[in-house]
Parts: sequence; structure tokens; C-alpha cells
Amino acid sequence: MKIKPQMKQKIAFILLGLAAILVIVPVVLILAILIKRGLPAINWQFLTEMPRMGMRAGGIFPAIMGTFCLVIGAIGVALPLGVLTAIYLVEYAKKNWWTRMIEIAIVNLAGVPSVVYGLFGLGLFVIFFQFGSSILAGSLTLAIMELPVIITSSKEALMSVPRSFREASLALGVSKWQTIRYVVLPNALPGILTGSILGISRTAGETAPILFTVAAFYLPRLPKSILDQCMALPYHLYVLSTQVPNVKPALQYGTALVLVGMVFLLNIVAIIVRAHIRSKKQW
Amino acid sequence: MRKIREFFIEKIILLNGFACILFVILIFYFLAKDGLALFKFITIQDFLFGTLWNPLAEPPQFGILPLFLGSLVVTLGATIIAVPLGMACAIFIGEIAPRWMREVLKAGVELLAAIPSIVIGFIGMTMLSPIVKNLFHLPTGLTALTGSLALAFMAIPTMVSIMEDSISAVPRSYKEGSLALGATHWQTIYRVIIPAASSGIIAAIMLGIGRVIGETMAVMMLTGNASVLPKTILAPVRTMTATVAAEMGETVRGSEHYFALFAIGLVLFGITFLINFVADMARHRKKK
Repeated sequence: MKIKPQMKQKIAFILLGLAAILVIVPVVLILAILIKRGLPAINWQFLTEMPRMGMRAGGIFPAIMGTFCLVIGAIGVALPLGVLTAIYLVEYAKKNWWTRMIEIAIVNLAGVPSVVYGLFGLGLFVIFFQFGSSILAGSLTLAIMELPVIITSSKEALMSVPRSFREASLALGVSKWQTIRYVVLPNALPGILTGSILGISRTAGETAPILFTVAAFYLPRLPKSILDQCMALPYHLYVLSTQVPNVKPALQYGTALVLVGMVFLLNIVAIIVRAHIRSKKQW
Repeated sequence: MRKIREFFIEKIILLNGFACILFVILIFYFLAKDGLALFKFITIQDFLFGTLWNPLAEPPQFGILPLFLGSLVVTLGATIIAVPLGMACAIFIGEIAPRWMREVLKAGVELLAAIPSIVIGFIGMTMLSPIVKNLFHLPTGLTALTGSLALAFMAIPTMVSIMEDSISAVPRSYKEGSLALGATHWQTIYRVIIPAASSGIIAAIMLGIGRVIGETMAVMMLTGNASVLPKTILAPVRTMTATVAAEMGETVRGSEHYFALFAIGLVLFGITFLINFVADMARHRKKK
């Protein structure tokens, strides 16, 4: 029996649609499970208190603050570095093998395994620069890791600013840097912002790069300087779920929910900002 | 005055452009510096082809073959699951779904990409591994298969976004030409659009594989961490990444074990460098 092409198409499209839905299912499931089991654990004490009794009770405040410090430190380094690199690639670089090398380097930075970043941070920042296991070393490691994300999104944002904007400014006798500073950058800013938010959300959840560069197993106080160790949410979740026996599941799910909640919130903000830019764009 | 300022700003921007190359070189240097020190103690053959990884034995054994095969089994499994699913999803998003559904699906894929690896590992441990255990009547649910399943869903977002890009980059005229000749939409998709987007699709698959090989936390929590030569996909395995993450904390700086973990890092760096390089070439060819 020969099936009609139209029938075949119908079957194929239904299968493809099912596959697409299947891809989304884990997101919904994970979120549902975390909310169902984690939400009861979350209250004001959980968010603002130190952990007690070897992390089997109390809150996760130092882990939240630790992640906050690491994320701010990382974006503080990666954002200027990344945006300037993107400016170079879009506005200054000529199309030659040297530029191609830089592009390949960026692609490779994006592909380096997270645990290898951890080894690199240990070798360069912790040991060679003698920062020790510290917020400084961890932030710098995370910064290099999120650099490709920032560069790629900034590049896209810069390239989407129409040529005519630049030409109009240059024609008025404005210098190249001033054109970039006062015409191109302001127009690319929302796009750069979106990329930065995504970069932040990615670093917030990373565990492997901070394993050997900053993360403290159990440190029920806040860090005092950037040369201190600190706890961090993802590492705390790892410790709670594999290293400490007899932890109440609610505590684990609560920690996971706080982490995922933070990351999702950042992503949703980025998605909304981007949709907003697209709808507002007049060129 | 302004000219001088401008001059310096341009030089700073120029220097920044080279920062990325510098970082790649630095990463390589710091891995190689400690990684190659291992070969003062053992030979390269013993390292690459030794079938025993046992740093605590006397004398310690640093053969990464079981770890390499562990990574390979988990990666293969994840690829077999992720490629068809990812491709179907990309085609559906790029060609078939109505506009509103496309936006929802894209946001969903982005959120999937955003879930931290540690959370996937945690949910996998508590939810997925009991299912695998009961389904196949195994002594433990922490197996290569469990890892592969979780990793597949971590690779899918990477694959989908690049595949979808290359599908929507296929010129409209190809599609219109095919439809005008009387082909159905589905025939057009698999006879015209997929072949035209093939180099982008291959790049997407390779980048997805690169992501899976380098994945650490989820794999460490889900695969059971037994450093033996894997015989089936239903047995616990241990990957290269998990070994580094799990053992670095216990090593003494400057010991053989410490150097051996850096040597694994060097191998990982080499593998992902190669994959990303080739994938980038494939993507670049498409643009010409």
C-alpha cells in the first residue's frame, strides 16, 4: 500500500511536534517538582540565616551572598572586556586571518569544559598569582568563562545598528571613537544588556569552575574581603545532595529551587527585554 | 588633546581584541605546565592506554583508558538521543510551528539551557535514577544510561538553536521553487531544506557533542563513578571530567596524582578544541 504524500506529511508533522514538546517537558517537570517539594522549605529564616548543625538545619544565606559576590565580580570583569572586544571585532577589525584567529579563539573559549576552567583558575589565579582559594580567583575564572557569551551577544547588538547611523555621524565630522561612544553604543545597549543578563545567569549556576578556586564546603559566616573563601549556591546544593548524610530533602529541594528561581528570573527578564527591543526597533 | 585620547582608546580596544587569543594560550600553558610534568613519572603510553586508574594503589596507576571510554559511552548515548530529538525540534520550530508556538518553544528551549548542570544532576539522582533502576532491574540506578539521558537534554538546546539558525538561513527561493514544482511541505523539508542546511546541522551536532564531553557536575552525580572499563550502558562508569572534579580536592599539590589530573584536563582541552575548531570550519563554509 502506498501512503499519499499528504498523509505522510501529516504523520511527519505530528511526530516532529511531539518531539518538540518532549524537549520542553523536562523544563516543566523540573520546575514543578522543585516548586512542589522546595517551596514548603522556603521562608524568611531559610533565606537569611546561617546554616546550622553541619548544614542539616538553618538557612542558606552565606551561599546566596557568596554566589552574589562571585556573579558581580565576574560580570564586572567580563563586561568591559567583552564589550571592548566586540567593538574591536565589529568596528575596527579588518577581514584577515588575524581576525579569524580571534574568532576561533572565542569559539574555543566557549567550548572549553567547565572543569578545565577550574583547573586553569587553580593554576593561574590560585597558585601562580597567589590569590589563594578566594572570591577574587573564583570571579576571575568565571569572568573568562562568560567572556564568549558577552562577546557574541555584544557583537550581534553592535552589528544590528544600521550603517547609516554611523555614516551620518561620521559625515558630520565626528571622530570614529565618538561615533561609537555616542551613536553606536547607546543603540546597542539593550542588546548588550540582554547578553550580560544571560551571562550572569549562566555563571550563577556554574559549579565546576569554583570547586578548586573559591568554594567553601561549610563556612557559616560572610566573607570579609575578596581574598576570603565563600560558599556558593550551586556548590552548596552539590554538598547537600552528595556529601552530607541525612539532610532533609526539603532543604535540598529548597536550595535547588532558590538557585533555579534566580536563574530563571534572570532569563525571563532577558527574554522580555529582547522582545521589547524587537518590537520597539524602528529601523 | 582629543586626538591623543582617541589614540589611546583605540589602542586599548585593539589590545582587547587579542585578549581572547591570550586566554586560550594561557589555558593551554597552565594545563600543559602541570599536565606534562606527569610524564617524568610514567610514560605517555601508560597514561593513554593503561587500563587501570587507581591513584591510591602502590604504585599508583594512572591509565585513562577506562575514563576515556566512560566519557565515550556517555557521550555516544547522549548523542544518539539528542540528535533526532534536537533535529525534530529545530525543524518544527523553524518550519512548521505557527508564530506564537514558535516563541513559546524557543523560550522553553532557552530555559532548558539555563537550568544549571548541578540541578539536572540533583533531579536526575532523585527522580531519574530510581526509574532507570526499576525499569531494568539493576542494583543501582546510577549508570551510563542515566548520565546519557540527562546529558542529551543538556545538549539539545545548543543543537536546536544552531540548527534552527541554519534552517532559517536557507534561501526562500529554494523552498518556493520546490513547492512550485508540486512537492509537499514535508518533501521540501527533507529533500531541499535539510540538505541545504546540512553543514550548519553538522556543526550543531558537533558543538552539542563538545558540550556533552565537557559536562561535569551532572555526569559526576549520575554515572556512579566506577573507574572500570565499561561493558554495557547499564553499568556505572566514570568520565574524565568527573574524575578531575571528584579527585582534585584530595590531591597534594605537586604530587603525581595532581599532575595526572592536569594531564586529563589537557586531554579534554585538546578534544574540545578539535571539535570546536572543526565545527566552526563547517559553519564558516556555509556562509561562503
